[in-house]
Amino acid sequence: MNPLQLCLVLSALLFSVGLGAALSRSHAILVLLGVELMLNAANLNFIAFWRYGPPTAPADGILFVIFSIAVAAAEAAVGLALVIAIYRHQKNIRLQEASKLKG
Amino acid sequence: MITAEQLWLIPLLPLLAAGLGALTPRRGLAVASGAAIAGLVGSFIVSCLALRTALAHPAEHAAYNFTWFALGDGAVRLGWLLDPLTAFMCVMVTFVGSLIFIFSLGYMKEDPNAARFFCFLSLFAAAMLGILISNSLLSLFVSWELVGLASYLLIGFWFHKPEAAAAAKKAFITTRIGDLGFLLGLVWLYDATGTLLLFDNGAGALEAPALGGMAAQVAMFGLPVTTGIGLLLFCGAVGKSGQFPLHVWLPDAMEGPTPVSALIHAATMVAAGVFLIARIYPLMAADLVMEAAPIHALTVVAFIGAITALMGAVIAVAQNDIKRILAFSTVSQLGYMMLAIGVGSWTAAIFHLLTHAFFKALLFLGAGSVIHAAHHEQDIRRLGGLKGHMKATFGTFAIGMMALAGVPFVFSGFWSKEAILHAAHEWDVSHLPLYAGLCAVVLTAFYMTRLMAETFFGKARTEEASHAHENSAVMTVPLVLLAICSILLGFLGTPAHPWLQSQLLGAEVEAHGIFEGAGLMILSIVLVGGGIGLGWFIYGRNLRAMATDKDPLERASPGLIAFLGKRLMFDELYAATAGRLNTFGAAFSDFMDRQVWGGLVNFTGRFGLFSGWFSRDTDEGGLNGGFDAGSAGLRGSGKFYSRRQSGDAHGYLRTVALGFVVLVIAVMLGGGW
Amino acid sequence: MSSLPLLSLIILVPWAGALLLAFLGKASAAAAHGLALLFSFSTLALGLVALAGFDPAVTGPQFSESHTWIRALNVRYHLGLDGMSLLLVLLTGLVSPAALLAAWKNDRDPALFGALFLLLQGAALGVFLALDFFPWFLFWELSLVPAYFLIRLWGGPGGTAAAYQFVVYTIGGSAFMLLGFAALFGTAGTMDFGELAALAAKGEIARLLPGIAGTAVFVGVLLGLAVKVPLFPFHSWLPATYAEAPAGATMFLTGIMSKMGVYGFLRILWPIFPDHLHAAAPCLIWLALGGVVFGAWAAMRQTDIKRMMAYSSVNHLAYCLLALFAVSYATGRDGLTGEAAGAALAGTLLQMFNHGLSAAALFFALGVIEERAGGKRGIANFGGVRTAAPVFAGLCGVALFSSLGLPGLNGFVGEFLIFRGAWGLHPVATSVATLGLLGTALFLLTFWQRVFHGPARGAGIGFADVTGRERLVLALLAALMLLFGVLPGLLTKLFNPLVTAWAGHLTLP
Repeated sequence: MNPLQLCLVLSALLFSVGLGAALSRSHAILVLLGVELMLNAANLNFIAFWRYGPPTAPADGILFVIFSIAVAAAEAAVGLALVIAIYRHQKNIRLQEASKLKG
Repeated sequence: MITAEQLWLIPLLPLLAAGLGALTPRRGLAVASGAAIAGLVGSFIVSCLALRTALAHPAEHAAYNFTWFALGDGAVRLGWLLDPLTAFMCVMVTFVGSLIFIFSLGYMKEDPNAARFFCFLSLFAAAMLGILISNSLLSLFVSWELVGLASYLLIGFWFHKPEAAAAAKKAFITTRIGDLGFLLGLVWLYDATGTLLLFDNGAGALEAPALGGMAAQVAMFGLPVTTGIGLLLFCGAVGKSGQFPLHVWLPDAMEGPTPVSALIHAATMVAAGVFLIARIYPLMAADLVMEAAPIHALTVVAFIGAITALMGAVIAVAQNDIKRILAFSTVSQLGYMMLAIGVGSWTAAIFHLLTHAFFKALLFLGAGSVIHAAHHEQDIRRLGGLKGHMKATFGTFAIGMMALAGVPFVFSGFWSKEAILHAAHEWDVSHLPLYAGLCAVVLTAFYMTRLMAETFFGKARTEEASHAHENSAVMTVPLVLLAICSILLGFLGTPAHPWLQSQLLGAEVEAHGIFEGAGLMILSIVLVGGGIGLGWFIYGRNLRAMATDKDPLERASPGLIAFLGKRLMFDELYAATAGRLNTFGAAFSDFMDRQVWGGLVNFTGRFGLFSGWFSRDTDEGGLNGGFDAGSAGLRGSGKFYSRRQSGDAHGYLRTVALGFVVLVIAVMLGGGW
Repeated sequence: MSSLPLLSLIILVPWAGALLLAFLGKASAAAAHGLALLFSFSTLALGLVALAGFDPAVTGPQFSESHTWIRALNVRYHLGLDGMSLLLVLLTGLVSPAALLAAWKNDRDPALFGALFLLLQGAALGVFLALDFFPWFLFWELSLVPAYFLIRLWGGPGGTAAAYQFVVYTIGGSAFMLLGFAALFGTAGTMDFGELAALAAKGEIARLLPGIAGTAVFVGVLLGLAVKVPLFPFHSWLPATYAEAPAGATMFLTGIMSKMGVYGFLRILWPIFPDHLHAAAPCLIWLALGGVVFGAWAAMRQTDIKRMMAYSSVNHLAYCLLALFAVSYATGRDGLTGEAAGAALAGTLLQMFNHGLSAAALFFALGVIEERAGGKRGIANFGGVRTAAPVFAGLCGVALFSSLGLPGLNGFVGEFLIFRGAWGLHPVATSVATLGLLGTALFLLTFWQRVFHGPARGAGIGFADVTGRERLVLALLAALMLLFGVLPGLLTKLFNPLVTAWAGHLTLP
């Protein structure tokens, strides 16, 4: 296995753990954690392809990652704010019960 | 000295008074009346000065023209004109007007709206003077209409009375019918000559180049252009001067206060038509050179005048309202004046106009004095015996009556009427107008004698009449002054020394000797005597004792008198013809609007709606079956999918994950790697 | 002159006011009224600025603004002002504030009323200033929207139906006009009035649109304009609309919007289709006469005072069209001098202005009457108003006699010039038209007699005399009527060179 493949396997594992968490937990914060894990798996892929893949412009992969982290931070902020709003509304943060917005 | 350029002062003074009167509150009678009288007396003085200027050069038409506004490459111009005709008329109007204003002080003093009354009177005077000084037919027309407005306001002064309101409207509308002809004549003249100025250093419409140019043209049916224009302008005069067939408004106009009748419907406004025709006489007479013309404008004028003179006198015989008798006598006298112009002697017409203005104003004010004293009783059958109570009124009224009847030698009416009859006698087209005029002489003497006898002689027949007593000096002094003028004025134009006519014409009129027209004069003296004698024989000898007694003539021929009393049924005739036509036209237009034009639109709208329905039905029934089925399927699937929208975040996430797995598998199977 | 886009400002300032009022929503009634009035006055102020910089001797458009708008369609935002436009801008500036003052007592959503009114005012001004068909037509149609809501929301009991009919009828008419211009654009490639007129003068339009196609385009444009004026017999929307609209809206409808139609005739139809108009003139003259005579007659029959006065508008505007059609009829005649045509056209422009003033004043007075009587408008509901309210009667009388064409007031001069001109061009029609003058006098005086004279009756009992606001508006309008009646030169000097130029080029291509 070359280093790229190793990285990809790690990233796939990380992604699966995240997905599993997001799908199985009903606690909204834990679901958010899972989503963050999946995002980081994707970030790992960016770095790996940049480092071991075909040559690209200098710092492309880093830029992508930094960008993605910034978006993730913003998303986490919004997500947490939503969680708090849900908590205020229904006095818990169980996702199964947060279905008032369905069409 | 007043020159043509300063003539605008004459109407301006009353106009200012009118403006002041309009702005003073209702209580300000003293201000309004003071301003009105001062204004008119002021313009009397200016008029006298203007007369002096005019008489210095009687043959000259001194004109002052100015631009009103620019139009195209030229301009619409107006102007003032000073010649003896203007000056004499101005002096007469301002003098008689001033006396009537003063009389009104007494007559209207109890009316709550008297301030407004003086405002309207001043407006009237200003407009009337505007007519007189105009050198442009346009400004003449403007003033002419304003006179109509003032007349409307004054006739309808007691507008809370329905009769007065109706009479005012009738006067305005009837005169406007004539004015439409005037307007058309005006625009025709403007189009034909390019100017509406009467005198403009050779370029005016009444001067030889313009008249010559028009005389060469023929409009239609062989009618010269000047005949057409002249007759259209004459329509205006017919309306204003109460000529047949538009005389019907004048008697009704007596609903206004009596000073109004004296001022407007005797002395001034109704004379405006005569003045107009005299003023444009060169235009009216321009077609005389064309022997071949089917009709001459002046011939029409003469016959209309003759018919009016006779008709007015006939109707006056059977009236019982003192003011209506005088009104019809005015109609008749105006007919005389038109007749005079028609037969070619406009100077005789103006002479009669001037004398008539004085004695008719006198008669109306006398009637006003009687009415005021008798608590607004106007029916001569319900008066009587006023001779003893009202000496000044009686004396002056008698002078007026004799002047009107044409009692010889002393009274002015005799001389002016003589001048007219003489001119009619000289006319070589027809003698019918002369005969009509002679008949009217008898009738005039007759009905005036009746009026005198019924009103002043015998015993008072009602409470009102018996309590009448003489009015204050503010009312009697004007009567006396007018009476003096009614006598003296005649001597300005006797056949032996026709000074007035010479001045008006601007050329020496040859005096004809006493014996030249003596036959006609003796005939008319006999006729006057006969009329008065007959009147006295029928009415004076055995005076009616009761107000309800039948009139002697009515006993003799009730049908005829009733017919005359209804004024030859002209009102009924017009109501049945023009009135009906108008009502029908209105109903027709309204029907067309509501049913046809509106209906067409509604039909179009309905048609649109109908086609909408139609296409909807075909669409739904025919074309859209398949489409509907498709829509139903779409709706069902929509329902199915909306059920998937559970709101459960985990469900969504699961779906996403599933989709991701499917995607990965598909990519792998597709051999992406 | 400054480089300010004066003409755009004239249009946009009322619209800005409308926007402001729309956001103001809940402000007090007094503030809304005041603000609307303020913005409405901008037209008069800016119009006077334009007047100060206006050179009457120039016959082409002045203060022009021209920007490319839609390049693909060769659409330009082209504004310009000549004597005719200036006259109508000034008229709008005079009538609009008066109309808003007529609605001063309206306490039902005054902000919305003001906003709609200002929108209408701006649109009308746009019509008078735009020189390209595209923006012109936008303004033209845009004016219908606020008018619809003004009639619908503040109108009388029949307001809904009247507003609906008004809008549908007018849009129906202008649809044809739009089609016509689309065809014209398709062939000529421009929609600029000036360019089209120049083409028409060279006979290009007739060559591009020969035969039936040209006629169809002409008829389309004619229909759109005829409904707006309205030309008899396309007037059946008018009485109900004028009667049901609130007084302020009626003042604007009759004072300004009816002029849009006549303006369209003079700006579009006549210069662009001279030969078609000439060919149709013998018929059109009789239609105009129909308006003159039947309008006056139909008015006599009305029992609703506002309907009655509405017909007087049909009658008065028909004189304008009569003059134009007579000019077109005589175009190309041998030996025709510009004198008669110039008088007729000057009369048309004067009549537009004067009718705007006097009709607005009359409808203002009718609004006062309607308000005092609690919405009653039947002629039988009144009597003896002059006894109770002499000042009101006097001021209303001035408007009435001006409408009747009394010399000394403004209405006369226009009518006289129209008659003077039309006589030289078509004497028969002119003679028949005098019947309309008579009819107008008859029904106006009947109205006056029944409502103001006689003993006090119905709502005439205890009729309150004018308030300060009413006195102000009526007295100012009356003063203007007197001023322009005595000195018509104040108005004619604005457009005399323009009209002279028009009358000097009366030839067919």
